[in-house]
Amino acid sequence: MARIVVDPVNRIEGHLRIEAQLDGGKLTDAWSSGTMFRGIEMILKGRDPREAWIWTQRICGVCTMVHAIASVRAVEDALQIEVPDNARIVRNLIAGSQMVQDHVIHFYHLHALDWVDVAAALKADPVKTSSLAQSISNCEKSSATYFKGVQQRVKAVVDSGQLSLFASGYWGHPAYILPPEANLLAVAHYLEALAWQKDFIRIHAVLGGKNPHPQSFLVGGMSTAMDPNEPAAVINPERIDLLRDLVAGAKKFVNDYYIPDVLAIAPFYKDWFTRGEGLGNFLSYGDYSSGDQKDPKTFLFPRGIVMGRDISKVFPVDPAKITESVAHSWYEYAGGDASGLHPSVGETKPKYSGPKPPYDHLDVEAKYSWLKTPRYDGKPMEVGPLARMVVGYAAGKPEIKAAVDGALKALNAPATVLFSTLGRIAARALECQLMAAQLPGWVDELDSNLAHGKTDIFNPVRWDPGSWPASASGYGWHEAPRGALGHWVEIKGRSIENYQAVVPTTWNAGPRDAQGQRGAYEAALVNTPVVDPGRPLEILRTIHSFDPCIACAVHTVDAQGREYTIPRIP
Amino acid sequence: MLAPGSDLNTSLANRGITRRQLVKFCSAMLATLALPERYLAQTVAAVGKARKPVLVWLQFQDCTGCSESMLRSSHPDVADVVLDLLSWEYHEVIMAGAGDAANRALERVVKEEKGKYLVVVEGAIPMAEGGIYCTIGGRTAVDIAREVCGSAAATIAVGACAFDGGLVRADPNPTGALGVHEAVPGVKVVNMAGCPHNPANTAALLVHYLTFHDVPALDQYNRPLFAYGRIIHDQCERRAHFDAGRFVTEWGDEGHRKGWCLYKMGCKGPEATFNCPIVQWNDHTSWPIRAGHGCIACASPRFWDHMSPFYDRLPNVPGFGVEVTASELGVGLVGATVLGVTAHGIVKTIRPAPAPPPPPAPPVEKGKEN
Repeated sequence: MARIVVDPVNRIEGHLRIEAQLDGGKLTDAWSSGTMFRGIEMILKGRDPREAWIWTQRICGVCTMVHAIASVRAVEDALQIEVPDNARIVRNLIAGSQMVQDHVIHFYHLHALDWVDVAAALKADPVKTSSLAQSISNCEKSSATYFKGVQQRVKAVVDSGQLSLFASGYWGHPAYILPPEANLLAVAHYLEALAWQKDFIRIHAVLGGKNPHPQSFLVGGMSTAMDPNEPAAVINPERIDLLRDLVAGAKKFVNDYYIPDVLAIAPFYKDWFTRGEGLGNFLSYGDYSSGDQKDPKTFLFPRGIVMGRDISKVFPVDPAKITESVAHSWYEYAGGDASGLHPSVGETKPKYSGPKPPYDHLDVEAKYSWLKTPRYDGKPMEVGPLARMVVGYAAGKPEIKAAVDGALKALNAPATVLFSTLGRIAARALECQLMAAQLPGWVDELDSNLAHGKTDIFNPVRWDPGSWPASASGYGWHEAPRGALGHWVEIKGRSIENYQAVVPTTWNAGPRDAQGQRGAYEAALVNTPVVDPGRPLEILRTIHSFDPCIACAVHTVDAQGREYTIPRIP
Repeated sequence: MLAPGSDLNTSLANRGITRRQLVKFCSAMLATLALPERYLAQTVAAVGKARKPVLVWLQFQDCTGCSESMLRSSHPDVADVVLDLLSWEYHEVIMAGAGDAANRALERVVKEEKGKYLVVVEGAIPMAEGGIYCTIGGRTAVDIAREVCGSAAATIAVGACAFDGGLVRADPNPTGALGVHEAVPGVKVVNMAGCPHNPANTAALLVHYLTFHDVPALDQYNRPLFAYGRIIHDQCERRAHFDAGRFVTEWGDEGHRKGWCLYKMGCKGPEATFNCPIVQWNDHTSWPIRAGHGCIACASPRFWDHMSPFYDRLPNVPGFGVEVTASELGVGLVGATVLGVTAHGIVKTIRPAPAPPPPPAPPVEKGKEN
């Protein structure tokens, strides 16, 4: 029996700590703890709801803009504002390109080093690496000379004795089983992806001035003024051409690098098709409308719930069944910490009861995280790319079904392999490919609207706070790269009365509930074999497969300990 | 200087970069720093060094946006920074190792490179209740910052949060958050303000440090003058429209489509200093005003509280012929933006806005299921 602690969990957004119990070479239990919070929802109180998106966007700079879109949707819902079609398209483009870029970065820069041994790449034969590359992809950079150059570059770093970011890796760990050539290929593509991501995300600069934190959202539309004859317009024919080039490049990168690499690496790690499943319950709010954002039937990713890995049924999502409890979180509820409260009537009274720092272990029998515990109808749910693909597959969405079936055929595996660590990785790659294929269509729509003089980008009816009702409430949902995201807002007069965000990583990384039901991370780690407790690579593999974003996941705090209750009639 | 017996060209070749690429990169950095070409040889030699200086990057109460911004660095390519310019030995979001292995990497630097390494800090540092609002490896952020920044040659605070607490410190500052220079007094800090910091500026700062073993000239907030010495309004591509009295008065109107001045929509450019309009973002692709939205003064001190509400007009913008220097800004700015400004400064000199359309009827209260 040994307690393994991983803190910090690296290659994620934010501050995550995992404690796990090792018994007989396998993990018998695990606890997930978020160790940082800021209190953004509290800071929002009393501010202008039209600018809430500027603040909430800073919840996260990795999945930047996801909290901006959820925020403007929540305020638009509260004030009953319809946004023009061009705003829907531009938002889809910004969010969709975020998803594509984020997934690529996740695979190559946040996750690959759990599967790829950089040191082993030095043993590769560049000629054989070239053959491998050419057998899996049409990408141009695949010559032996190219791979030799990459290898020399890695060798120079190793020889210098200054390994930089690679110094602390678990190199030589027995769980790394790729042949040297696959390692070299992946290291080369790590560098290619690093160069590609910064180029592609210029699409956010075109449509939002910068990335991270693009600055073009408005409650009621977007600031990206359109004019077919105006060089100074944010969107004009010249900029459409640039957008077209950028999205074409994204599609090519995903098809030439990301998808072939996932399909090439996965067969070496087939054990991980049966490890790391977790809950088997999946929630997707759905998103990316082709027309009416209020109508889930128009969504690229369907809305729905799949329970107990039963893909024969898709249940509808009832917003009233979403609750959060604090049985194991450093907060108190007036009506008892075990009770589940809907976000619209949420309370936040923080009370740190963990060990005094510096500490070695958390008291996991008591409270152990700054994350709350979200539940749907009392059940823990997994959200994210796998949830979207499972729900879309179960709902019979043709594009998703074709993509999933195609991948399963290529891997010669049944659909049940989806419910695993590797299934999560595959689902993210497929989703990225689907989204990359979708982007050019939105550029075309924008181009067509521009050519037909349809340039509305903003609905001014409620810009003036004088036009608002005395009080209003609303919510906005978005399928962020990491999963189902919801913002709930209460407006009183001209200001925010209350603001709550229920965030993807809170669903996945939250601690257990009063009934002892584990969260998705905790459940996924149970039964995972760990070969070397001093180098728990296997824990990283499963946790990273979720793509954690802890800054997103942590909730409001009020350091004065005031009780914060929302007077709202459901 | 080069290590004895080593040759710059060989050293570069081993690292996969040509001398031409290096010179080009160094020229771009000098231009950003406003330094003459005569420093080029010195810069090239410093950057081409065989033994790389060590850098560690700490993340506290952050959103990782400043790390992401660094990854968007176009000159130099981020891979070059990581592999060639510096030995980047600790950075949670991208480093290979986790847990104990990560903590050991940081401990090694603090112990063995004492007084020689650079530390970059991203995120605010919570001081309330003994610092329990941010812990890493069981230690508080402030405990880690005191040790790591205290043993470094210099500390670079990137982004608004590490600069002065940023958004985390905004009223009511629930966690007692502070910027690095206040949380860890006595440490030499260069502040690369902005939300996020602009990686072109931070790269230029690093090159300056490698070349001259010192930081460039700083303003009263310890921000480098080359990046924070000029007012956005004075460098803005829409300035001519301001001078001519052409303003956007409603999002999507004719002026908005034609790129007119955003002052009336709440733009904070006249009160903000940053080289954002010049260096721009994402390989010089654009910047917020180019995207049709007003500036929020994200590189200014305490901008979240002092510059919001972001859609309200600035009250005291001087008209033509009134000189304001960057160093005069920020004095008495607390609460500078006010609602319903009618008779200050520029407001008197600009054209009156057309009468707004009658407001629509307020929406009815909804009886939604949630």
